[in-house]
Amino acid sequence: MRLRYSDVTPRSQYLNRRRFLAGLLAAAPLARGAKLEAAKSPLSTDEPLTPYRDVTTYNNFYEFGTNKDQPARLAAKFRTSPWTVKVEGHVAKPREFDIDSLVKLAPLEERIYRLRCVEGWSMVIPWIGYSLAALIRQVEPTAKAKYVAFESYYDMGQMPQGRYAGIPLPYVEGLRLDEASHPLAILCFGLYGEMLPNQNGAPVRLVAPWKYGFKSIKSLAKIRFVEKQPPTTWMLSAPHEYGFYSNVNPEVDHPRWSQARERRIGEFFKRPTLKFNGYGDQVAGLYAGMDLRKNY
Amino acid sequence: MASPLSGKWSKVAVFLLCLAPFFSLVWRGFQQELGTNPIEHVTHATGDWTLRFLLITLAVTPLRELARQPQLIRFRRTLGLFAFFYGSLHLVTYLWLDQFFDFSAIAADIVKRPFITAGFAGFVLMLPLAATSTAGWIRRLGGKRWRMLHRLIYASAAAGVIHYYWLVKSDVRLPLVYAALLAVLLVYRLAAWLPSSAPRVSLSRK
Repeated sequence: MRLRYSDVTPRSQYLNRRRFLAGLLAAAPLARGAKLEAAKSPLSTDEPLTPYRDVTTYNNFYEFGTNKDQPARLAAKFRTSPWTVKVEGHVAKPREFDIDSLVKLAPLEERIYRLRCVEGWSMVIPWIGYSLAALIRQVEPTAKAKYVAFESYYDMGQMPQGRYAGIPLPYVEGLRLDEASHPLAILCFGLYGEMLPNQNGAPVRLVAPWKYGFKSIKSLAKIRFVEKQPPTTWMLSAPHEYGFYSNVNPEVDHPRWSQARERRIGEFFKRPTLKFNGYGDQVAGLYAGMDLRKNY
Repeated sequence: MASPLSGKWSKVAVFLLCLAPFFSLVWRGFQQELGTNPIEHVTHATGDWTLRFLLITLAVTPLRELARQPQLIRFRRTLGLFAFFYGSLHLVTYLWLDQFFDFSAIAADIVKRPFITAGFAGFVLMLPLAATSTAGWIRRLGGKRWRMLHRLIYASAAAGVIHYYWLVKSDVRLPLVYAALLAVLLVYRLAAWLPSSAPRVSLSRK
């Protein structure tokens, strides 16, 4: 039998140790690995969770390398404090939030969502956060605001792998304002009861579970309310392969591979992919009358 | 003194070395150490080793000429057959663990998806080479025709590299490394065929 570190040191103990160290450093309440209290949510799925280890060691975060195991190693020293998120554009109350005030903006909820990657695999992850709508209400978008543009933090010094990513950085994404205001879309600060590990997009990321994972931008630095559809990184990189909406859709294939099925991490057989990743009841109305083949 | 390359056990050693990646996969598979997405890992590993063995096989001729080690030819068939072995594993992984033998989906994939088309072509091109790899077939075809036929490996390796290049999402560094290595190996041969080039060191076994 092989021992892992987690077999030797119980999880509660190493979390304690981290909290102790965090206390020594008089760090912000959002120290890495710190616990986050969150209420249960009726929007959660009851499907079995993907193990913590898989969620935190199999990551697409190209700023820290294009191999899935790289972000867990190469983001270990990423500085997420101090951290600010600038909210600007067509809003009545533009504001720069520091992360500690942002996390307290609304009550935290645990949202257990399916995550479907455009590559054909999926997970079930207990995220912690609150609906992005809560932030949107605070800054009061004006009538001109039709879209929300998101931008990731990018620092070549801390993210030297970024230059090999093959995509333009900083990473940018976007949602229509009504998509961003949908209760399922969350600003996410944690997973599995603790602060987001760096490789999962610390200290704050977006999660929009009915869209392919790459829409759920990580390590958010800027949110801008705009009038026109903003550019997104994968559209800039390969416009014929990635569209603005990128809703999970088994009927519309990626030009290079089928999207009809997916491999749920931990399962042997592939399972059929559900339209809107199974969130159709909630979100299909956002796209009423739209040709989803054209608006992929 | 006889070179270790012509020793009695050298062929066995090379054979076992070629099997090492396979046993490593099997071993780690039983230990459940193939990572979060084991099937993806196996798919990538077998594909990588197919390309590596194709390039190693293609490196035999330049190496024996440049390093003056003519006896390296003894390993070329083994190396080529291992390219075919890993290519077969790669194909089976796709047919079984990715598509679960859904042959209509597989046929659609081969027609519709250029990277699958390229990969499949690379495999099909290896088939006649594996089938005619025996001494009997060299005799039957005659050395000249056999060598002509086995130049298909150039096309197979090129198809394999294109397959890899077309499948990655954005970071093309590794496919470009394979492409560069293949280009060097092919240019070496091209240079040898050009009439103006300097005469090659003759290593034919007489």
